[in-house]
Amino acid sequence: METRFTMEVPTDRKYAETHEWFLTEGTVVTVGISQFAADELTDITFVELPEVGTEVSQGGSLGEVESVKATSELYSGVTGEVIEVNEALTDHPELVNDSAFEDGWMVKIKVTSAQELESLMSAEEYKSFVAN
Amino acid sequence: MTMIVDQDQDVETAAMDHPVLFEIGSPGACGASLSESDVPTVDRSTALPPELIATTKPNLPELGELDVVRHYKRLAHRCFSIDGNFYPLGSCTMKYNPRVNERVAAMPGFANVHPYQDESQTQGLLEMMYRLRCALAEIAGLAEVTLQPAAGAHGEMTGLMMINAYHRSRSETRKKVLAPDSAHGTNPATCAMCGHEAITVKSLADGRVDLADLREKVDGDTAAFMITNPNTVGVFDDQIADIAAIVHDAGALIYLDGANMNAILGKTRPGDFGVDVMHYNTHKTFSTPHGGGGPGAGPVAVAEHLREFLPVPQVIKREDGTYAWCSDKENTIGKVRSFFGQIGVLVRAYTYIRSLGCDGLKDVAEKAVLSANYLAARLKDKYHMPFPPPYAHEFVTVPQFSKTGITENDIAKRLIDYGIHPPTMSWPIHHCLMIEPTETESLATLDLFVDVMRKIADEAVNDPDVVRAAPHKTPVRRLDEVSASRKPNVRWRFE
Repeated sequence: METRFTMEVPTDRKYAETHEWFLTEGTVVTVGISQFAADELTDITFVELPEVGTEVSQGGSLGEVESVKATSELYSGVTGEVIEVNEALTDHPELVNDSAFEDGWMVKIKVTSAQELESLMSAEEYKSFVAN
Repeated sequence: MTMIVDQDQDVETAAMDHPVLFEIGSPGACGASLSESDVPTVDRSTALPPELIATTKPNLPELGELDVVRHYKRLAHRCFSIDGNFYPLGSCTMKYNPRVNERVAAMPGFANVHPYQDESQTQGLLEMMYRLRCALAEIAGLAEVTLQPAAGAHGEMTGLMMINAYHRSRSETRKKVLAPDSAHGTNPATCAMCGHEAITVKSLADGRVDLADLREKVDGDTAAFMITNPNTVGVFDDQIADIAAIVHDAGALIYLDGANMNAILGKTRPGDFGVDVMHYNTHKTFSTPHGGGGPGAGPVAVAEHLREFLPVPQVIKREDGTYAWCSDKENTIGKVRSFFGQIGVLVRAYTYIRSLGCDGLKDVAEKAVLSANYLAARLKDKYHMPFPPPYAHEFVTVPQFSKTGITENDIAKRLIDYGIHPPTMSWPIHHCLMIEPTETESLATLDLFVDVMRKIADEAVNDPDVVRAAPHKTPVRRLDEVSASRKPNVRWRFE
């Protein structure tokens, strides 16, 4: 698993132990899964996302990511309202494999408190979490 | 003995695309000859409104009887089953299904009764259900059992509905249901179906529940903790009494997913280790041929304080020794299935329990556990075991061949070449194989499996391409699972 140690982890965002990333822009947080998680799942075949307008809470479910190997829950690291989902993933779930940190984003959430993100891991912390 | 399947001949003679019935046969061919009708005919245009009258004939296959028989026989020969080969599919308990079960289930008194038949005519069946109910309650160490649920997940839902009824009866509504991260996927699904929020509790490195995390997450809003014990990584959680105490102190109940009952039959009873509600998967533990979605039966056992919520109708024994249906239960959650349950599967469970008896059931558990631990012990120098022994009836291994990149998937595919069904894969932990041999395999079969697994481990190092390209001996080779999932094509269409 050499990839575990050489992988790129963007430093502009936060990470959860359940392998989601959270990128804050003002009061909007974009959520996706890390490239490591996408690689571990192997070929992703289906992404189930919440409807726009759904209220989500920290630690609650945002949806599911299904691959040929497994189905994994997508957890929200923040509390807020879903304002946009990545519709492109419906027909092209492989975007998550190809570009987990950019085109493979999943949900945008308008948050009530950005402070919640402080309990999450930095890129460095996530890297060492994955390495161990 | 030999279990190596030689399918070379099959590969040569059978086209990869086995034709469907519509593609074979010839116009006018027919499998039946009907005598001329002696009933007066009417013109259909006078009998039916015009919009219901078809203008073209239905496109039906045209074949003789023998062609149809051969078509299905060929397909049947390609089916994999426990009757043909070793089937160590973890968490599914693919044990041998004794033939006596089939004989009893086919008896006219069980097979030919109608659910609307009068009680006086179905006393034998009712007695069987009553006795099964009592046997399952005794094995569970709980007060009473409902036989209605059609399978495990249905049992979970029935159990959770009773748990909700229990909390309601105490004027409480509790939203959360906790389950460990090793839980079967049906557990959180059941929570969602019943309107609960599913909360995951972490496991320790040794596979047991993280009590600290459980303590942190259980509270006055927790309805239940759903646990599988032994769990899906094959570990019996010996903290179960502490777990039950923590959960009960919060006013919540313990739900046991009984999928792994095979490991503890007659050795310990869920009711004795603090369980309030549990389901059985009788098709697993008490042997009915299953796979691909059924048939199953998921009886649910409850402790005394949940008895009043059991579904109705329930079979009761009258004072005069006869049996009857009883729906007289004020606080019942109602009926959870049409009629009375999966009778055919329940007959098999009863037959299995009675033919083995108390000592036989204990023997099942002992041999199931012994078989799994034997395999693990003989494979551990070639395959990484992430959890420490002893194991229960199954164990999890994470193959590590990082130099050649051989994965659990490659090993699973290679096992097919040796006539062995792949174990459960990539669950409940990443990159794993979950192996459950069951108690019904002989030492010779277990040894053969060990030989094959060790051989594949050597191949994975010295000849990885043969593993990577497996299976080699099947009618179809490695399938494109990604395209099959992303662009499923599951229906044959007329051109």
